[in-house]
Amino acid sequence: MNPTDRKYSKEHEWAKVEADGRVLVGITHYAQDQLGDIVFLDLPSPGDRVEQYKKLGEVESVKAVSDVFAPVSGQVVEVNPELAERPDLVNDDPLEKGWLARISSDTLEQDMDNLLTAEEYEAFLESEAH
Amino acid sequence: MAEPLKRTALHGSHLDLKARMVPFAGWDMPVQYAGILSEAAAVRTRGGIFDVSHMGRVYVSGPQATELLEWLQSGNIGNLRKGRARYSLVCGEDGGILDDTVTYRLEDERYLLICNASNRDAVLQWMGRWRNEKGLQTVLEDTTLTTAMIAVQGPAAAALMDELCPQQPSKLRFFGSMEGEVLGSRAFIGRTGYTGEDGFELVIAAEDGPRVWEALRDRGMTPCGLGSRDVLRLEAALPLHGSDIDPSTSPLEAGLARFVNLKKEFAGGDALRRQQEAGVDRRLVGLLPEGRRIPRHDFPIQAEGQAVGRVTSGGWSPTLDRTIAMGYVPTRWAEHGQDLQIDIRGNLVEASVAALPFYTRKRS
Repeated sequence: MNPTDRKYSKEHEWAKVEADGRVLVGITHYAQDQLGDIVFLDLPSPGDRVEQYKKLGEVESVKAVSDVFAPVSGQVVEVNPELAERPDLVNDDPLEKGWLARISSDTLEQDMDNLLTAEEYEAFLESEAH
Repeated sequence: MAEPLKRTALHGSHLDLKARMVPFAGWDMPVQYAGILSEAAAVRTRGGIFDVSHMGRVYVSGPQATELLEWLQSGNIGNLRKGRARYSLVCGEDGGILDDTVTYRLEDERYLLICNASNRDAVLQWMGRWRNEKGLQTVLEDTTLTTAMIAVQGPAAAALMDELCPQQPSKLRFFGSMEGEVLGSRAFIGRTGYTGEDGFELVIAAEDGPRVWEALRDRGMTPCGLGSRDVLRLEAALPLHGSDIDPSTSPLEAGLARFVNLKKEFAGGDALRRQQEAGVDRRLVGLLPEGRRIPRHDFPIQAEGQAVGRVTSGGWSPTLDRTIAMGYVPTRWAEHGQDLQIDIRGNLVEASVAALPFYTRKRS
Protein backbone atom coordinates (compact mmCIF):
# COMPACT_ATOMS: atom_id res chain seq x y z
CA MET A 1 0.00 0.00 0.00
CA ASN A 2 2.88 2.40 0.69
CA PRO A 3 5.35 1.85 -2.17
CA THR A 4 9.08 1.67 -1.49
CA ASP A 5 9.95 4.00 -4.39
CA ARG A 6 9.43 7.04 -2.14
CA LYS A 7 9.75 8.21 1.45
CA TYR A 8 7.24 9.42 3.99
CA SER A 9 6.74 12.00 6.74
CA LYS A 10 5.04 11.53 10.09
CA GLU A 11 2.48 14.09 8.85
CA HIS A 12 1.48 11.57 6.16
CA GLU A 13 3.06 13.17 3.11
CA TRP A 14 5.17 11.29 0.58
CA ALA A 15 8.19 12.46 -1.49
CA LYS A 16 9.42 10.68 -4.57
CA VAL A 17 12.65 11.63 -6.34
CA GLU A 18 12.17 11.62 -10.10
CA ALA A 19 14.74 10.79 -12.77
CA ASP A 20 15.69 14.46 -13.20
CA GLY A 21 16.26 14.90 -9.45
CA ARG A 22 13.09 16.86 -8.77
CA VAL A 23 10.74 15.69 -6.03
CA LEU A 24 7.11 14.83 -6.51
CA VAL A 25 5.09 15.22 -3.31
CA GLY A 26 1.65 14.19 -2.19
CA ILE A 27 -0.32 12.77 0.72
CA THR A 28 -0.62 9.11 1.66
CA HIS A 29 -3.57 6.77 1.43
CA TYR A 30 -3.87 6.97 5.20
CA ALA A 31 -4.08 10.78 5.03
CA GLN A 32 -6.75 10.90 2.34
CA ASP A 33 -8.77 8.28 4.19
CA GLN A 34 -8.60 10.31 7.39
CA LEU A 35 -9.55 13.53 5.60
CA GLY A 36 -12.49 12.04 3.73
CA ASP A 37 -13.99 13.65 0.63
CA ILE A 38 -11.65 16.42 -0.53
CA VAL A 39 -13.32 19.39 -2.24
CA PHE A 40 -10.56 22.01 -2.46
CA LEU A 41 -6.78 22.32 -2.23
CA ASP A 42 -4.96 25.56 -1.55
CA LEU A 43 -1.48 24.98 -2.93
CA PRO A 44 1.53 27.30 -3.40
CA SER A 45 2.36 28.90 -6.74
CA PRO A 46 5.28 27.83 -8.92
CA GLY A 47 8.34 29.72 -7.75
CA ASP A 48 7.28 29.75 -4.10
CA ARG A 49 9.82 28.52 -1.59
CA VAL A 50 8.80 25.81 0.89
CA GLU A 51 10.64 24.39 3.88
CA GLN A 52 10.68 20.81 5.05
CA TYR A 53 7.98 20.15 7.69
CA LYS A 54 6.56 23.67 7.19
CA LYS A 55 3.17 24.35 5.66
CA LEU A 56 2.83 23.54 1.97
CA GLY A 57 -0.87 24.26 1.69
CA GLU A 58 -4.36 23.42 2.91
CA VAL A 59 -6.71 20.59 2.12
CA GLU A 60 -10.40 21.31 2.49
CA SER A 61 -12.51 18.20 2.98
CA VAL A 62 -16.22 17.99 3.62
CA LYS A 63 -15.45 17.42 7.29
CA ALA A 64 -12.60 19.83 8.02
CA VAL A 65 -9.66 21.83 6.74
CA SER A 66 -6.14 20.53 7.35
CA ASP A 67 -2.64 21.78 6.68
CA VAL A 68 -0.33 19.82 4.43
CA PHE A 69 3.39 20.06 5.12
CA ALA A 70 6.28 19.99 2.67
CA PRO A 71 8.27 16.78 2.98
CA VAL A 72 11.34 18.51 1.46
CA SER A 73 12.67 22.07 1.23
CA GLY A 74 13.02 23.82 -2.09
CA GLN A 75 11.28 25.74 -4.80
CA VAL A 76 7.88 24.74 -6.13
CA VAL A 77 8.25 23.98 -9.84
CA GLU A 78 4.70 22.92 -10.57
CA VAL A 79 1.45 22.12 -8.82
CA ASN A 80 -0.88 19.43 -10.11
CA PRO A 81 -3.07 21.31 -12.61
CA GLU A 82 -5.81 18.65 -12.51
CA LEU A 83 -6.69 19.28 -8.88
CA ALA A 84 -8.47 22.60 -9.41
CA GLU A 85 -11.24 20.75 -11.23
CA ARG A 86 -10.79 17.29 -9.74
CA PRO A 87 -9.77 17.58 -6.08
CA ASP A 88 -11.25 14.11 -5.59
CA LEU A 89 -8.25 12.68 -7.48
CA VAL A 90 -6.40 12.96 -4.18
CA ASN A 91 -8.93 10.56 -2.65
CA ASP A 92 -9.06 8.23 -5.62
CA ASP A 93 -5.35 8.02 -6.41
CA PRO A 94 -3.25 9.85 -3.80
CA LEU A 95 0.03 8.22 -4.84
CA GLU A 96 -0.11 8.83 -8.59
CA LYS A 97 -2.71 11.05 -10.28
CA GLY A 98 -3.42 12.88 -7.03
CA TRP A 99 0.11 14.25 -6.52
CA LEU A 100 0.19 17.80 -5.15
CA ALA A 101 3.41 19.52 -6.21
CA ARG A 102 6.79 19.11 -7.84
CA ILE A 103 9.67 20.61 -5.89
CA SER A 104 13.24 21.38 -6.87
CA SER A 105 15.18 20.76 -3.68
CA ASP A 106 18.64 22.16 -2.96
CA THR A 107 19.01 19.96 0.13
CA LEU A 108 17.68 16.83 -1.50
CA GLU A 109 19.85 14.16 0.06
CA GLN A 110 19.65 15.49 3.57
CA ASP A 111 15.87 16.07 3.36
CA MET A 112 15.20 12.61 1.98
CA ASP A 113 17.39 11.12 4.72
CA ASN A 114 15.18 12.79 7.33
CA LEU A 115 12.07 11.02 6.00
CA LEU A 116 10.81 7.54 6.81
CA THR A 117 11.14 4.50 4.56
CA ALA A 118 7.90 2.73 3.63
CA GLU A 119 8.66 0.13 6.29
CA GLU A 120 9.30 2.77 8.95
CA TYR A 121 6.16 4.67 7.94
CA GLU A 122 4.04 1.55 8.30
CA ALA A 123 5.55 0.86 11.71
CA PHE A 124 4.76 4.47 12.61
CA LEU A 125 1.12 4.04 11.48
CA GLU A 126 0.95 0.85 13.52
CA SER A 127 2.24 2.63 16.64
CA GLU A 128 -0.22 5.51 16.12
CA ALA A 129 -3.13 3.08 15.97
CA HIS A 130 -2.35 1.74 19.46
CA MET B 1 -17.10 14.35 30.33
CA ALA B 2 -15.97 11.29 32.25
CA GLU B 3 -19.27 9.57 31.51
CA PRO B 4 -18.82 6.73 29.00
CA LEU B 5 -20.39 7.22 25.58
CA LYS B 6 -23.82 5.70 25.14
CA ARG B 7 -24.31 3.09 22.42
CA THR B 8 -27.39 2.72 20.27
CA ALA B 9 -28.94 -0.68 19.60
CA LEU B 10 -27.24 -0.57 16.18
CA HIS B 11 -23.74 0.08 17.51
CA GLY B 12 -22.53 -3.43 16.65
CA SER B 13 -23.84 -3.09 13.09
CA HIS B 14 -21.87 0.14 12.66
CA LEU B 15 -18.67 -1.51 13.85
CA ASP B 16 -19.28 -4.48 11.52
CA LEU B 17 -19.56 -2.01 8.64
CA LYS B 18 -16.31 -0.36 9.74
CA ALA B 19 -18.05 2.98 10.17
CA ARG B 20 -15.96 5.84 11.48
CA MET B 21 -17.33 6.51 14.93
CA VAL B 22 -17.35 9.86 16.71
CA PRO B 23 -18.69 11.14 20.03
CA PHE B 24 -21.90 13.09 19.43
CA ALA B 25 -24.09 14.47 22.24
CA GLY B 26 -22.85 11.75 24.57
CA TRP B 27 -23.32 8.92 22.06
CA ASP B 28 -20.79 6.92 20.04
CA MET B 29 -22.19 7.52 16.55
CA PRO B 30 -21.20 6.73 12.95
CA VAL B 31 -20.07 9.85 11.08
CA GLN B 32 -19.51 7.99 7.82
CA TYR B 33 -19.33 4.54 6.26
CA ALA B 34 -18.22 4.63 2.59
CA GLY B 35 -17.91 8.42 2.44
CA ILE B 36 -19.99 11.49 3.16
CA LEU B 37 -20.58 12.57 -0.44
CA SER B 38 -21.46 9.13 -1.80
CA GLU B 39 -23.87 8.63 1.10
CA ALA B 40 -25.53 11.99 0.43
CA ALA B 41 -25.85 11.14 -3.26
CA ALA B 42 -27.44 7.78 -2.41
CA VAL B 43 -30.19 9.53 -0.42
CA ARG B 44 -30.89 12.03 -3.21
CA THR B 45 -31.03 9.39 -5.94
CA ARG B 46 -32.25 6.21 -4.25
CA GLY B 47 -32.26 5.66 -0.54
CA GLY B 48 -30.25 5.68 2.63
CA ILE B 49 -30.70 4.58 6.23
CA PHE B 50 -29.58 6.54 9.27
CA ASP B 51 -29.31 5.39 12.86
CA VAL B 52 -31.11 8.20 14.68
CA SER B 53 -31.55 6.25 17.89
CA HIS B 54 -29.65 8.96 19.76
CA MET B 55 -32.62 11.33 19.30
CA GLY B 56 -34.86 11.61 22.35
CA ARG B 57 -38.15 9.66 22.22
CA VAL B 58 -40.50 10.74 24.96
CA TYR B 59 -44.12 9.60 25.24
CA VAL B 60 -46.36 12.21 26.82
CA SER B 61 -49.73 10.93 28.06
CA GLY B 62 -52.35 11.50 30.73
CA PRO B 63 -55.55 13.54 30.93
CA GLN B 64 -53.71 16.84 30.55
CA ALA B 65 -51.03 15.84 28.06
CA THR B 66 -52.44 18.17 25.41
CA GLU B 67 -52.57 21.09 27.81
CA LEU B 68 -48.93 20.58 28.80
CA LEU B 69 -47.70 20.30 25.21
CA GLU B 70 -49.79 23.25 24.08
CA TRP B 71 -48.01 25.34 26.69
CA LEU B 72 -44.53 24.04 25.80
CA GLN B 73 -44.76 24.09 22.01
CA SER B 74 -44.72 27.18 19.78
CA GLY B 75 -47.07 25.51 17.29
CA ASN B 76 -50.65 24.32 17.73
CA ILE B 77 -51.01 20.94 19.40
CA GLY B 78 -54.69 20.87 20.35
CA ASN B 79 -55.90 20.92 16.75
CA LEU B 80 -53.42 18.27 15.61
CA ARG B 81 -55.32 15.24 14.41
CA LYS B 82 -54.46 11.70 15.52
CA GLY B 83 -51.89 10.25 13.18
CA ARG B 84 -50.46 13.66 12.35
CA ALA B 85 -47.24 15.31 13.48
CA ARG B 86 -45.98 18.86 13.85
CA TYR B 87 -42.54 20.43 13.75
CA SER B 88 -42.40 23.03 16.48
CA LEU B 89 -40.08 24.90 18.82
CA VAL B 90 -39.73 24.62 22.57
CA CYS B 91 -38.86 28.10 23.79
CA GLY B 92 -37.59 29.54 27.03
CA GLU B 93 -39.56 32.33 28.66
CA ASP B 94 -37.32 34.83 26.88
CA GLY B 95 -38.38 33.33 23.53
CA GLY B 96 -35.00 31.68 22.90
CA ILE B 97 -35.08 28.23 21.31
CA LEU B 98 -34.44 25.45 23.84
CA ASP B 99 -35.01 22.77 21.21
CA ASP B 100 -36.77 22.01 17.97
CA THR B 101 -38.99 18.96 18.09
CA VAL B 102 -41.46 16.82 16.20
CA THR B 103 -44.64 15.95 18.10
CA TYR B 104 -46.72 13.02 16.82
CA ARG B 105 -50.28 12.81 18.10
CA LEU B 106 -51.00 9.13 18.67
CA GLU B 107 -54.24 9.35 20.67
CA ASP B 108 -56.33 12.19 22.09
CA GLU B 109 -54.04 12.35 25.11
CA ARG B 110 -50.97 10.42 23.98
CA TYR B 111 -48.07 11.89 22.03
CA LEU B 112 -44.59 10.92 20.94
CA LEU B 113 -42.16 13.80 21.21
CA ILE B 114 -38.86 13.59 19.32
CA CYS B 115 -36.19 15.94 20.60
CA ASN B 116 -32.51 16.43 19.89
CA ALA B 117 -30.07 14.11 21.66
CA SER B 118 -28.13 17.02 23.11
CA ASN B 119 -31.31 18.58 24.55
CA ARG B 120 -33.08 15.50 25.86
CA ASP B 121 -32.27 16.17 29.52
CA ALA B 122 -33.08 19.88 29.20
CA VAL B 123 -36.41 19.21 27.49
CA LEU B 124 -37.38 16.56 30.06
CA GLN B 125 -36.53 18.96 32.87
CA TRP B 126 -38.43 21.81 31.23
CA MET B 127 -41.49 19.61 30.74
CA GLY B 128 -41.26 18.27 34.29
CA ARG B 129 -40.98 21.76 35.70
CA TRP B 130 -44.10 23.05 33.94
CA ARG B 131 -46.06 19.88 34.66
CA ASN B 132 -45.40 20.42 38.38
CA GLU B 133 -45.83 24.18 38.30
CA LYS B 134 -49.19 23.92 36.55
CA GLY B 135 -50.19 20.76 38.41
CA LEU B 136 -51.02 18.93 35.19
CA GLN B 137 -51.77 15.21 35.24
CA THR B 138 -49.27 13.98 32.71
CA VAL B 139 -46.91 11.05 32.42
CA LEU B 140 -43.56 11.43 30.69
CA GLU B 141 -42.03 8.19 29.50
CA ASP B 142 -38.54 8.43 28.04
CA THR B 143 -38.01 5.41 25.76
CA THR B 144 -34.77 6.61 24.18
CA LEU B 145 -32.68 3.84 25.73
CA THR B 146 -35.12 0.98 25.15
CA THR B 147 -35.97 1.62 21.51
CA ALA B 148 -34.10 2.09 18.24
CA MET B 149 -34.94 4.67 15.58
CA ILE B 150 -34.02 4.34 11.92
CA ALA B 151 -34.60 7.00 9.26
CA VAL B 152 -35.24 5.55 5.80
CA GLN B 153 -34.83 8.43 3.36
CA GLY B 154 -34.85 8.87 -0.39
CA PRO B 155 -37.04 8.40 -3.45
CA ALA B 156 -36.97 4.59 -3.08
CA ALA B 157 -38.07 4.66 0.57
CA ALA B 158 -41.85 4.53 0.06
CA ALA B 159 -41.88 1.46 -2.20
CA LEU B 160 -39.46 -0.35 0.08
CA MET B 161 -41.50 0.40 3.20
CA ASP B 162 -44.58 -1.06 1.50
CA GLU B 163 -42.60 -4.25 0.85
CA LEU B 164 -41.65 -4.61 4.50
CA CYS B 165 -44.82 -3.40 6.15
CA PRO B 166 -48.36 -4.76 5.55
CA GLN B 167 -49.90 -1.45 6.65
CA GLN B 168 -48.51 0.18 3.49
CA PRO B 169 -46.79 3.29 4.85
CA SER B 170 -46.79 4.88 1.39
CA LYS B 171 -50.42 5.80 2.17
CA LEU B 172 -49.17 8.27 4.75
CA ARG B 173 -48.98 11.91 3.86
CA PHE B 174 -45.92 13.96 4.79
CA PHE B 175 -45.92 14.31 8.59
CA GLY B 176 -48.44 11.49 8.96
CA SER B 177 -47.79 8.48 11.17
CA MET B 178 -49.09 4.98 11.92
CA GLU B 179 -48.42 2.01 14.14
CA GLY B 180 -47.70 -1.20 12.30
CA GLU B 181 -45.18 -3.97 11.80
CA VAL B 182 -41.93 -3.86 9.91
CA LEU B 183 -40.70 -7.37 9.11
CA GLY B 184 -43.03 -8.65 11.81
CA SER B 185 -41.68 -6.35 14.52
CA ARG B 186 -43.97 -3.77 16.08
CA ALA B 187 -43.07 -0.37 14.76
CA PHE B 188 -44.09 3.24 14.92
CA ILE B 189 -43.75 4.77 11.46
CA GLY B 190 -43.73 8.48 10.69
CA ARG B 191 -43.37 10.04 7.24
CA THR B 192 -40.79 12.49 8.45
CA GLY B 193 -37.07 13.08 8.18
CA TYR B 194 -34.19 15.51 8.18
CA THR B 195 -32.83 15.25 4.65
CA GLY B 196 -35.20 17.25 2.43
CA GLU B 197 -36.10 13.98 0.72
CA ASP B 198 -39.20 11.81 1.00
CA GLY B 199 -38.80 9.27 3.76
CA PHE B 200 -39.83 7.60 6.97
CA GLU B 201 -38.67 7.32 10.52
CA LEU B 202 -39.21 4.01 12.33
CA VAL B 203 -39.23 3.46 16.06
CA ILE B 204 -38.82 -0.19 17.04
CA ALA B 205 -37.79 -2.12 20.14
CA ALA B 206 -34.04 -1.96 20.68
CA GLU B 207 -33.68 -5.72 20.21
CA ASP B 208 -35.36 -5.56 16.79
CA GLY B 209 -33.03 -2.78 15.61
CA PRO B 210 -30.13 -4.74 14.10
CA ARG B 211 -32.43 -7.14 12.21
CA VAL B 212 -34.46 -4.32 10.63
CA TRP B 213 -31.28 -2.35 9.83
CA GLU B 214 -29.75 -5.38 8.09
CA ALA B 215 -32.95 -6.05 6.14
CA LEU B 216 -33.04 -2.47 4.86
CA ARG B 217 -29.40 -2.74 3.86
CA ASP B 218 -30.00 -6.06 2.09
CA ARG B 219 -32.66 -4.30 0.03
CA GLY B 220 -30.25 -1.69 -1.24
CA MET B 221 -30.50 1.10 1.31
CA THR B 222 -27.11 2.77 1.82
CA PRO B 223 -25.96 3.16 5.43
CA CYS B 224 -25.48 6.87 6.05
CA GLY B 225 -23.75 8.62 8.94
CA LEU B 226 -23.99 11.96 10.68
CA GLY B 227 -21.73 13.55 8.05
CA SER B 228 -24.10 13.03 5.14
CA ARG B 229 -27.07 13.81 7.39
CA ASP B 230 -25.54 17.23 8.00
CA VAL B 231 -24.87 17.81 4.29
CA LEU B 232 -28.44 16.86 3.36
CA ARG B 233 -30.16 18.89 6.07
CA LEU B 234 -28.09 21.98 5.20
CA GLU B 235 -29.02 21.68 1.51
CA ALA B 236 -32.67 21.59 2.65
CA ALA B 237 -31.95 24.48 5.09
CA LEU B 238 -33.30 22.48 8.03
CA PRO B 239 -31.84 24.17 11.10
CA LEU B 240 -29.49 22.32 13.44
CA HIS B 241 -30.00 23.11 17.11
CA GLY B 242 -26.69 24.11 18.68
CA SER B 243 -25.49 25.60 15.38
CA ASP B 244 -28.23 27.57 13.59
CA ILE B 245 -30.62 27.92 16.49
CA ASP B 246 -30.04 27.86 20.24
CA PRO B 247 -31.34 29.50 23.42
CA SER B 248 -29.85 32.85 22.32
CA THR B 249 -31.78 32.89 19.03
CA SER B 250 -35.52 33.27 18.53
CA PRO B 251 -37.79 31.53 16.01
CA LEU B 252 -38.57 34.92 14.46
CA GLU B 253 -34.89 35.63 13.81
CA ALA B 254 -34.36 32.10 12.50
CA GLY B 255 -37.10 32.38 9.86
CA LEU B 256 -39.24 29.85 11.73
CA ALA B 257 -42.24 32.14 12.35
CA ARG B 258 -44.51 29.77 10.45
CA PHE B 259 -43.98 27.23 13.25
CA VAL B 260 -45.05 29.73 15.90
CA ASN B 261 -48.64 30.64 16.74
CA LEU B 262 -48.39 34.06 18.40
CA LYS B 263 -52.15 34.04 19.05
CA LYS B 264 -51.92 31.30 21.68
CA GLU B 265 -50.47 31.22 25.20
CA PHE B 266 -47.23 29.29 25.42
CA ALA B 267 -43.86 29.46 27.16
CA GLY B 268 -41.93 32.27 25.51
CA GLY B 269 -45.03 33.57 23.73
CA ASP B 270 -45.08 36.94 25.50
CA ALA B 271 -41.43 37.59 24.68
CA LEU B 272 -41.97 36.61 21.05
CA ARG B 273 -45.03 38.85 20.74
CA ARG B 274 -42.95 41.76 22.01
CA GLN B 275 -40.21 40.85 19.55
CA GLN B 276 -42.69 40.61 16.70
CA GLU B 277 -44.03 44.06 17.53
CA ALA B 278 -40.59 45.65 17.79
CA GLY B 279 -39.23 43.82 14.74
CA VAL B 280 -36.18 41.57 14.77
CA ASP B 281 -32.68 43.05 14.55
CA ARG B 282 -31.14 40.13 12.69
CA ARG B 283 -32.16 37.26 10.48
CA LEU B 284 -30.85 33.84 9.54
CA VAL B 285 -30.02 34.00 5.83
CA GLY B 286 -28.78 31.65 3.16
CA LEU B 287 -25.39 32.47 1.65
CA LEU B 288 -23.92 31.41 -1.67
CA PRO B 289 -20.16 31.92 -1.38
CA GLU B 290 -17.76 32.07 -4.32
CA GLY B 291 -15.03 29.49 -4.77
CA ARG B 292 -14.53 26.17 -3.09
CA ARG B 293 -13.27 27.16 0.35
CA ILE B 294 -15.80 25.98 2.88
CA PRO B 295 -17.29 28.54 5.28
CA ARG B 296 -17.76 26.76 8.60
CA HIS B 297 -19.57 27.40 11.88
CA ASP B 298 -18.56 30.68 13.56
CA PHE B 299 -16.63 32.19 10.62
CA PRO B 300 -17.21 35.99 10.55
CA ILE B 301 -19.53 37.56 7.99
CA GLN B 302 -18.63 41.07 6.83
CA ALA B 303 -20.41 43.91 5.08
CA GLU B 304 -18.59 47.01 3.90
CA GLY B 305 -15.49 45.95 5.80
CA GLN B 306 -17.31 45.55 9.13
CA ALA B 307 -18.03 42.31 10.93
CA VAL B 308 -21.83 41.99 10.91
CA GLY B 309 -22.50 38.36 11.81
CA ARG B 310 -21.31 34.79 11.87
CA VAL B 311 -21.79 31.65 9.83
CA THR B 312 -23.89 29.13 11.74
CA SER B 313 -23.60 26.25 9.26
CA GLY B 314 -21.62 25.89 6.08
CA GLY B 315 -20.51 23.12 3.84
CA TRP B 316 -20.04 21.58 0.47
CA SER B 317 -23.27 20.84 -1.35
CA PRO B 318 -22.77 17.85 -3.64
CA THR B 319 -26.26 18.30 -5.09
CA LEU B 320 -25.57 21.92 -6.10
CA ASP B 321 -21.83 21.33 -6.68
CA ARG B 322 -20.87 24.41 -4.70
CA THR B 323 -20.42 25.69 -1.17
CA ILE B 324 -23.43 26.88 0.82
CA ALA B 325 -23.86 28.49 4.22
CA MET B 326 -26.33 30.02 6.64
CA GLY B 327 -25.72 32.72 9.19
CA TYR B 328 -27.25 35.60 11.10
CA VAL B 329 -26.88 39.13 9.76
CA PRO B 330 -28.54 42.42 10.75
CA THR B 331 -31.90 42.86 9.03
CA ARG B 332 -30.58 45.66 6.80
CA TRP B 333 -28.09 43.20 5.24
CA ALA B 334 -30.56 40.32 4.92
CA GLU B 335 -32.18 41.11 1.57
CA HIS B 336 -31.84 38.47 -1.16
CA GLY B 337 -29.01 39.37 -3.51
CA GLN B 338 -27.15 41.40 -0.89
CA ASP B 339 -23.39 41.04 -1.37
CA LEU B 340 -21.52 40.09 1.80
CA GLN B 341 -18.12 38.60 2.55
CA ILE B 342 -17.15 35.62 4.67
CA ASP B 343 -13.77 35.58 6.38
CA ILE B 344 -12.49 32.05 5.73
CA ARG B 345 -9.28 31.90 7.77
CA GLY B 346 -8.13 35.28 6.52
CA ASN B 347 -9.45 34.87 2.97
CA LEU B 348 -12.31 37.27 2.33
CA VAL B 349 -14.74 35.34 0.15
CA GLU B 350 -17.67 37.03 -1.62
CA ALA B 351 -21.07 35.59 -0.71
CA SER B 352 -24.53 36.71 -1.74
CA VAL B 353 -27.67 36.34 0.33
CA ALA B 354 -29.90 33.72 -1.23
CA ALA B 355 -33.39 32.32 -0.72
CA LEU B 356 -33.72 29.22 1.45
CA PRO B 357 -33.84 26.30 1.07
CA PHE B 358 -30.90 25.66 -1.25
CA TYR B 359 -32.45 22.39 -2.37
CA THR B 360 -36.10 21.39 -2.83
CA ARG B 361 -36.97 17.93 -4.05
CA LYS B 362 -39.11 17.56 -7.09
CA ARG B 363 -42.48 16.21 -6.04
CA SER B 364 -43.99 13.56 -8.27
